[in-house]
Amino acid sequence: MPLNTQATFPVPDDFYEHLIDAHRDLTTEQSHAMNAALVLLLSNHIGDLDVVTEALNKARELVQVAD
Amino acid sequence: MGDIDYQGLELEYKRSAPQNGTREAIVIVGAGPVGLTMALDLAARGRRVVVIDDDHRLSTGSRAICFAKRTLDIWDRLGVGERMVDKGISWNVGRVYFKDEEVWRFDLLPEQGHRRPAFINLQQYYCEGYLYERAAADPHIDLRWRNKAVAVAQHADHVVVTVDTPDGPYELAADWLIACDGARSPVRRLIGQESHGRVFRDRFLIADVSMHASFPTERWFWFDPPFHPRQSVLLHSQPDNIWRIDFQLGWDADPVEEVKPENVLPRIRALLGDEAQFKLEWVSIYTFACERMDKFRHGRVLFAGDSAHRVSPFGARGANSGVQDADNLGWKLDLVAGGHAPDALLDTYASEREQAADENIMHSSRSTDFITPKSDISLLFRNTVLKLAKHYEFARKLVNSGRLSLPTTYLDSPLNTPDTDEFSGVVVVGAVAPDAPITLDGQAAWWLSQLGGDFAVALICPKAAPDADTLLALAAVQHSGIAVRVLLVLGPDCPDVRVPGVVVARDTRGLLASRYDARDGACYLIRPDQHVAARWRRADAQHLAMALKRAVALPLHEVEQCH
Repeated sequence: MPLNTQATFPVPDDFYEHLIDAHRDLTTEQSHAMNAALVLLLSNHIGDLDVVTEALNKARELVQVAD
Repeated sequence: MGDIDYQGLELEYKRSAPQNGTREAIVIVGAGPVGLTMALDLAARGRRVVVIDDDHRLSTGSRAICFAKRTLDIWDRLGVGERMVDKGISWNVGRVYFKDEEVWRFDLLPEQGHRRPAFINLQQYYCEGYLYERAAADPHIDLRWRNKAVAVAQHADHVVVTVDTPDGPYELAADWLIACDGARSPVRRLIGQESHGRVFRDRFLIADVSMHASFPTERWFWFDPPFHPRQSVLLHSQPDNIWRIDFQLGWDADPVEEVKPENVLPRIRALLGDEAQFKLEWVSIYTFACERMDKFRHGRVLFAGDSAHRVSPFGARGANSGVQDADNLGWKLDLVAGGHAPDALLDTYASEREQAADENIMHSSRSTDFITPKSDISLLFRNTVLKLAKHYEFARKLVNSGRLSLPTTYLDSPLNTPDTDEFSGVVVVGAVAPDAPITLDGQAAWWLSQLGGDFAVALICPKAAPDADTLLALAAVQHSGIAVRVLLVLGPDCPDVRVPGVVVARDTRGLLASRYDARDGACYLIRPDQHVAARWRRADAQHLAMALKRAVALPLHEVEQCH
């Protein structure tokens, strides 16, 4: 099963609002820590090393390419 | 009777009369835990061995301490396990703390019905002392202290070692040379080989303290505790009321300053409290590497233990994997030296134990990366895992304070006969045969102790005793030229059977049948090192003979022509 990069949330804007809200009033350091916890929780939920590896690769690619 | 002070024991150098033209069968370099285990294994098989060691003392100070169940099972086979366990401190449980809270408790041997615990803690000098005493009493073993290998020359059918002694050098010719001479192996250097791998940039302080304490006999590991912030600490109980404490110090620590009592004592008091009464027995600093030789066999020179591979201490994979090297090599060298198996069998020593070393290095490197994160983000993920572990089960599985030593399963070994029948359960071909409680003539006994040091064929019959044909087929395998012990395991309700030359064990609790997935009967071929070589639902003499040949690296076509 490849990584799904098509939209999955019925209302994507709801998800984005939740994500931003969840970080509200945190310091940048706290936000990094929260993101780390999020990565661990969601990766375990996905439970498929190929899918998670593909996501890791795509995410890494994004930050290594100059804007 | 008190214990011998093995650390103070001076071993006597004896002048070896030079015997020109004589050839030793097997020379072992290094009388540490691996070399002595190797010597005992070969001696038990009737092989004469010469063991040379450049020192005249056993281990001193705090070195290896955790000896795993598999190692104990091997030492049981060599007759030294009981003494180790009697003196050692048995433990199965580990606890992991993050800051001042427990986040994870694990039991390494959650099921009952095994002779040996997951681990014992025992100072290396006791381990070596017991092995040494056994070896010194064995007429097949010639121990030569202050005998230092200074040159090694390989020839087509033998090896010549130049040995330096207080009386000058002499030459020792041998059919086989086994280098158990440690991480800095002189033999490795003498034949122009080296190890490759990773050196870790971290320093650890070992402090052994003597005190009366009421901590349970468990392995306690702290990440970032209040008494030693931003670093890790490991606490282990040892015999004689000795406690071993490992303090992570980081790469920048000064190894000369850190071992001074005025710097060590405050660290210990921070852990134990200001009122604690203790005496400092040993202090040292260690760094570590994960590395191995590319090949463990170089012609007639074989490498075992730290000479062949090194790991970090987390996971107790150093001495334990070395003892398993010896366990793997002993029977193979015996069969090859005796002309019962081809030289190719020794190549499988190298391939199986290289695979084991890779597995140990992988686990050890991963533990080290968790304990010593190499970047800020790695540290953030590590600490986040530890926080999550307090609340969520999945994160506990990620906490890595050392994945503790388990025997390697030789999954892809050429000696294995792959399954043709369906089996479920944890045991696979190539795995170590599990232990189980049994009875022999009504007396309680342990299964692994019945397997001995030869090949074993186990016919497990939970419901009905085998018919005459099956027993005849089993008896036939004993005449194939390679020693085979035949064992019959009967379920609790089977009528008694007596077969000449066959060990009859009673699986009174059904645990053996369950662990071997043999509820409907099964036949297992088990190697002399107790790894499973082949198995079937029904015993078949032809299949058994073929699997036995495969398990000693003999060509298979001769068997096929017998049809």
